[in-house]
Amino acid sequence: MRRLINQRPGRGERLLLGALPFLALAVLYVIASQLRLAANAGDKLLPPASAFLDTLRSYALEEDLRSGRYLLWSDTWASLRRLLSALLISSAIGLTLALAIGVVPRIRALLAPLVNAVAMIPPLAMLPILFIIVGLEETAKITLIVIGIAPCITRDLALRAAELPAEQLIKVQTLGASTWQLLLRVVLPQMWPRLIDSLRLSLGSAWLFLIAAEAIASTEGLGYRIFLVRRYLAMDVILPYVLWITVLAVSMDLALRVLRRRAFPWAEAGS
Amino acid sequence: MATVSVRNVWKEYGTQVVLENLRLEIADHEFVTIVGASGCGKTTFLRMLLGVEQPTRGEIFIDGQPLRPEPGADRGIVFQRYSLFPHLTALGNLVLGLELKRSRWLGRLFGAPRRAVIRRATEVLESVGLGAARDRYPAQLSGGMQQRLSIAQSVICEPKILLLDEPFGALDPGLTADMHKLILSLWEANRMTIFMISHDIRESFELGTRLLTFDRLRHDPQSPEAYGASVTYDLPLQRRHDRAPASMPG
Ligand SMILES: Nc1ncnc2c1ncn2[C@@H]1O[C@H](COP(=O)(O)OP(=O)(O)O)[C@@H](O)[C@H]1O
Ligand SMILES: [Mg+2]
Repeated sequence: MRRLINQRPGRGERLLLGALPFLALAVLYVIASQLRLAANAGDKLLPPASAFLDTLRSYALEEDLRSGRYLLWSDTWASLRRLLSALLISSAIGLTLALAIGVVPRIRALLAPLVNAVAMIPPLAMLPILFIIVGLEETAKITLIVIGIAPCITRDLALRAAELPAEQLIKVQTLGASTWQLLLRVVLPQMWPRLIDSLRLSLGSAWLFLIAAEAIASTEGLGYRIFLVRRYLAMDVILPYVLWITVLAVSMDLALRVLRRRAFPWAEAGS
Repeated sequence: MATVSVRNVWKEYGTQVVLENLRLEIADHEFVTIVGASGCGKTTFLRMLLGVEQPTRGEIFIDGQPLRPEPGADRGIVFQRYSLFPHLTALGNLVLGLELKRSRWLGRLFGAPRRAVIRRATEVLESVGLGAARDRYPAQLSGGMQQRLSIAQSVICEPKILLLDEPFGALDPGLTADMHKLILSLWEANRMTIFMISHDIRESFELGTRLLTFDRLRHDPQSPEAYGASVTYDLPLQRRHDRAPASMPG
């Protein structure tokens, strides 16, 4: 027998192993649900899988009587719009600041302390301020997510930029580059794959702030729906929504990973 | 055209004296090779010529002008490692310098000017034997290929002075003969003044027109930091280009 650390699963086995915990959880849920329902047929805490499917069908395929919309899709669209806008804005802010902070000593001296301080403010504590200043509209929710993740992205990318080998920056200066050209042609292109890594790490907090904002002030969105039906203990809505959010988040993570591999092949090997 | 004049240059880090009282007059188109024990300040000397380190005392002049205290297009550098841009292909690494010179704001060319610099870069790439590797990224090149590319990258920008810090130190010995031919032919074709640090004394004799050895002249066993190194031997060598290979890439 080889040592455990030298036994590598093949492709099929890896997939199977990865699926196993999910299956186990599903089975566990079904058993627990049946036990509870056997004891009390009116139990709302762990509804049977069939209830999920019914709810999903009505939310995804039937118009809501009051609003005339397909709730699952309109909620998803509302949430994704907020999330993606915030990710885009945070990326733009993060990249711009990080390039300057990472490479230009004067700007680092000027802005790094501020960014570090802002990163320490608990974003949720800012939420009331945002609602007071920018109102309860979309802007407030998007701003909350941006405040939550942009400072981390900035700090991460600034570190990465500062980590570039000094040799590279010296070399490009001997090729005649100005500071601006150096940022544009040497630092920025090498930050794109780092930005993707940074976004992947921020995705979890971005969803957290999105759901929080929607829970507090909103009229549509995945987070809004979950907190709305919570009053009725509607686990048959909450659980599918949570699963759906998970599916969305995991797909975004996967998409970013694939994008990184396809668009920046040079960043794969070695480094 | 580049003469280099080093006038009473000292370099200290805190209380540690690294280099003391360097005095050198280097003629145009000289091929200076530098040898010396590890840690005696050879790289520090090169970094002062590069402009990333400033002398604590004394001054360096290039063509009679005080050296600009930052790296510039007149002085090329080849480090032992890390001087290529990992996100650009071999061709892209060569094109970069040409584009930077011609496009101030974008650092990028399009259309006919772009085709022209690509033609030029391809020529140079082929002259250093990397024609087949033009679309590969640095990480996909061997150490020898990386160093050839790095040298070509500097030379394509036509610096007056080329600085090399143990450029072949990490290569396996079988490759160095080719690299020597390459560097000599580039030196001839471009009329650069070259400073090259080497840990291989034979290489230094073979390539150089002038050999400098760095060492400490005085030693204080109580405080080894008190004295710095300076030039202990300064040997003019027979001009190598008499025997340099005939092929001269553009
Ligand atoms: N930035 C620095 N700060 C402090 N000491 C340094 C610095 N750079 C080099 N030194 C010291 O200067 C001495 C010479 O270093 P270096 O020029 O790299 O030697 P060599 O290239 O000849 O091996 C070493 O003792 C090194 O520790
Ligand atoms: Mg050295």
